[in-house]
Amino acid sequence: MRERRDTGRYKNFTRRAAMLGGAKFVLLSSLAGRMYYLQVVESDQYRMLADENRINIRLLAPPRGQVFDRFGVELASNRSNYQIVLVPEQTDSVESTLDVLAKVIEIDERERARVIREAKRKRGFVPIAVADNLSWDEFARVNVNILDLPGINLDVGETRDYPFGDVMSHVVGYVAAVSERDLITQEADPLLELPGFRIGKSGIERTYDRRVRGSAGSSRVEVNAFGRVIRELSRQDGEPGDDLMLTIDASLQRFTMERMGQESAAAVVVDIHTGDVLALASTPSFDPNAFNLGLSTEQWRALIDNERKPLNNKAVAGQFPPGSTFKMIVALAALEAGVVTPDHVVHCPGSVTLGRNKFHCWKRGGHGWLGMIEAIYKSCDVYFYDIAKKTGIERIAAMARRFGLGEVLDLDLPGEKPGLVPSKEWKLAIDGVPWQQGETLIAGIGQGYLLATPLQLAIMTARLANGGRAVKPRMVKRVVPAEPDPDADEAAAEEIAEELPSLDISRGSLAVVKKGMDLVTNHERGTAYAARIREKGMEMAGKTGTAQVRRISKAERRTRVLKNEERPWEERDHALFVAYAPVSRPRYAISVLVEHGGSGSKAAAPLARDILAEAQRLDPLGKPVGTLAGAAARRRPADADEG
Amino acid sequence: MSILSTIDDDRRSLPLRRKIIEVNWGLVFVICLVAGVGFAMLYSAAGGNLSPWASRQMIRFSAGLGVMLVIALIDIRFWLRYAYLFYGIGLALLVSVEFFGVVGMGAQRWVDLGLFQLQPSEVMKVAIVLALARYFHALSMEEVGQFRWLLLPTILIVAPVTLVLRQPDLGTAILLGVVGFGIFFVAGVRLWKFAAAGALALGGLPIVWQYLHDYQKARILTFINPEQDPLGSGYHIMQSKIALGSGGVFGKGFLQGTQSHLDFLPEMRTDFIFTMLAEEFGMAGGLALLTLYALLLAYGFAIALRARNHFGRIVALGVTGGFFLYVFINIAMVMGLVPVVGVPLPLISYGGTSMMTLLVGFGLLMSVWIHRDVEIPRRPGFVGL
Repeated sequence: MRERRDTGRYKNFTRRAAMLGGAKFVLLSSLAGRMYYLQVVESDQYRMLADENRINIRLLAPPRGQVFDRFGVELASNRSNYQIVLVPEQTDSVESTLDVLAKVIEIDERERARVIREAKRKRGFVPIAVADNLSWDEFARVNVNILDLPGINLDVGETRDYPFGDVMSHVVGYVAAVSERDLITQEADPLLELPGFRIGKSGIERTYDRRVRGSAGSSRVEVNAFGRVIRELSRQDGEPGDDLMLTIDASLQRFTMERMGQESAAAVVVDIHTGDVLALASTPSFDPNAFNLGLSTEQWRALIDNERKPLNNKAVAGQFPPGSTFKMIVALAALEAGVVTPDHVVHCPGSVTLGRNKFHCWKRGGHGWLGMIEAIYKSCDVYFYDIAKKTGIERIAAMARRFGLGEVLDLDLPGEKPGLVPSKEWKLAIDGVPWQQGETLIAGIGQGYLLATPLQLAIMTARLANGGRAVKPRMVKRVVPAEPDPDADEAAAEEIAEELPSLDISRGSLAVVKKGMDLVTNHERGTAYAARIREKGMEMAGKTGTAQVRRISKAERRTRVLKNEERPWEERDHALFVAYAPVSRPRYAISVLVEHGGSGSKAAAPLARDILAEAQRLDPLGKPVGTLAGAAARRRPADADEG
Repeated sequence: MSILSTIDDDRRSLPLRRKIIEVNWGLVFVICLVAGVGFAMLYSAAGGNLSPWASRQMIRFSAGLGVMLVIALIDIRFWLRYAYLFYGIGLALLVSVEFFGVVGMGAQRWVDLGLFQLQPSEVMKVAIVLALARYFHALSMEEVGQFRWLLLPTILIVAPVTLVLRQPDLGTAILLGVVGFGIFFVAGVRLWKFAAAGALALGGLPIVWQYLHDYQKARILTFINPEQDPLGSGYHIMQSKIALGSGGVFGKGFLQGTQSHLDFLPEMRTDFIFTMLAEEFGMAGGLALLTLYALLLAYGFAIALRARNHFGRIVALGVTGGFFLYVFINIAMVMGLVPVVGVPLPLISYGGTSMMTLLVGFGLLMSVWIHRDVEIPRRPGFVGL
């Protein structure tokens, strides 16, 4: 009976076992099916994901192009940045390593705390910056003691260096870290995302940023799940940036900046034939290296709060009434329009009345009878009221524009301002009020609505001095490609077109104006006779300008006009001076502005004299420009690897 | 009276020499083959090095193999006789874990016996098969069909499952539960009863959910949508799928798995070792291993069907069922088919405990084979000790 019962049980068991076996077979098959799906059907996608996992593309920053002056003197270069980093996993105790390090070089408490904090937060193989921009001496000391400094690694990076410091900051500009805004406004470039990457923020560094930046190289590396680099799979070097040769003469620039000192001032020296800007100074200035290293809040505040605006490039972005330096334009407008001849004489009693308004000459008591040349070198205001009235604002404005006023001259510097040359149409559009004749008189002495930048005044003077040809300023003499193109005709690219467009001013009119300017400095009654250049053959011709920044009230006129020194700084007149030299065979033109400096003859003319004299002594235009041959080759090995 | 030779002298018994010949050497060979695959993978996991994992695993396997053979030679009736005793010891150990357990890996799973640490849930995996096999061995077909006879074995399952869940060890609990009720199935419990119990369990799910630990809930949620949190708990499954998928048909080559060797693959020498195999040897390698496992399962079924005593049959299918569950849950888990529950890949994953349990199980299976012709009376009316 037991046998029989067990047979039934066995039969049932067999059936159930078969069902179970079937089920298991189905389940195992489903595993095989899943394997097929993942490893055959979806395989390509997962293969890609696996590569994304393990392969990191690292950007390699190209070396930035260097900037040279016209003789090949370095204005911006790349310097080795000696750094030390700490790899926490290479030491048993981060603290004790730092203790030893502190005996070798100086490390302040805050830095020490930061390193320890970062070491705790990051993975052990991630290097932590301990100190950078070390001197060679410090670097060498660490190197000698390296055996006692487990975990410390030496690293040589690259950083931008401006050997001229604040002398060149308004010309060359500076580089700084990429900001959030740059990421939006700049053309897309993967380099911008690279940690620690710097781009040009002002000056030539900014306008030529794309040329000197170069293009990114890349390195494909295999990394593990924690980001540790296992090996490099392939590497593609980027293209180094192009070098720039500027028109600037570093020696003249340095002299100009030092001569201007701490005045709030600007000066521009140009070659009257080519427009080469030989010096472009704006004071006070700032140290561009500080921007590269990162400014502290206090440093930044000090720059921002300074009333003399060190960050502002007054040479191209400062707009001032040209004052009496504008009188040459008024004279030319009158002569060319034929409303007066050079013999035209006017009697100056010290003031003239137009309608209910009285217009004063700067000289109380007046100049008496004078002609045009005398009116220029004595800077008589009444004479120019007279001829301005006869000529009319439209013809004056047209002449001003021919000389480069009221428009951007496209010098390669950011922030260049157009100044302002008013017209009847402009006045109506802006004010809704028609032009008043009195405003023409005011424009006749370079005041009122008129505004010009020092750069424009320098170019105006150059156009006067070169015989009325439309020279334009330029700052970059040559772009030297990192990879020289053998087909490019370098000489052709370098030399500016010999024939400058003529401004169509008659020789006679120009001669009158230039004679007047000559006598400003070289006639004993000239307004800037005291500031003449005495060296034979170097004499300059110029024109003073003193631009009021406030209206002199009738009450003040009745008693006594306050002297500049008696007024607060911001109410003092702007002092201007434009000049060219040598008188006999002009080559150099200059404009000088001293903000709230007082009178042009006292504050600006002596500066212009010294700078023009120095320019002629150095005579950069008489020397051949430097050659940058091999500049690219010289930079080849500098291959910054950003990890 | 040697337990190695006989239990009842009046019954049919075998001399030791005969038993050794009777050992299913084919099965032993396949087991060694699978373990060999494991050594190779551990060698690869160490970056082409025997130490630290492969060599240790070899020692453990050798010891386990010895234990397996000893168990195989012990008379099947010995296991029948002491089945409930083992179960009792297992349960007692589980209870003691509640009080004296050593916390390991965030869960109380170990009990320190001084000389070594014992994982009671592993003891229970074997004991529950023996206990249930003994119970159903004694039950007639009619009794199996009666509800009251199912009450005691249900308690036998639920008690340890509950204790293991409290440790908490979801993987083992599932294993115990499924193996236990799987034995219900082979013992002949009516299918509608499973359906009813299943429906009841489904209704009870929300209640169970409340008692799950946060990390267990997270695992289940992650399973449902692994991409939702690729750097959090879904990371493991994602990386495992990437490793598998990128392996393709023939794999990246031995020691060449990028996902494994660059540490993207988590737990690659334990729970995710199958992924590593499939990355380095591709689908071909994965299917080969699956075939070896299928072969082991086939041995189990063949032995079960060939046994002449009901106890042996149930033990054979119980062991085979547990083994299958290990294989299925682990592989399905690494392929993203089921939630991550922390079940090792049998005979391959690094670790001594599960290896020992499995080899003990295979020892029992072989004991069933060697004693396949031993007939054991059902002893009607006597189900207890």
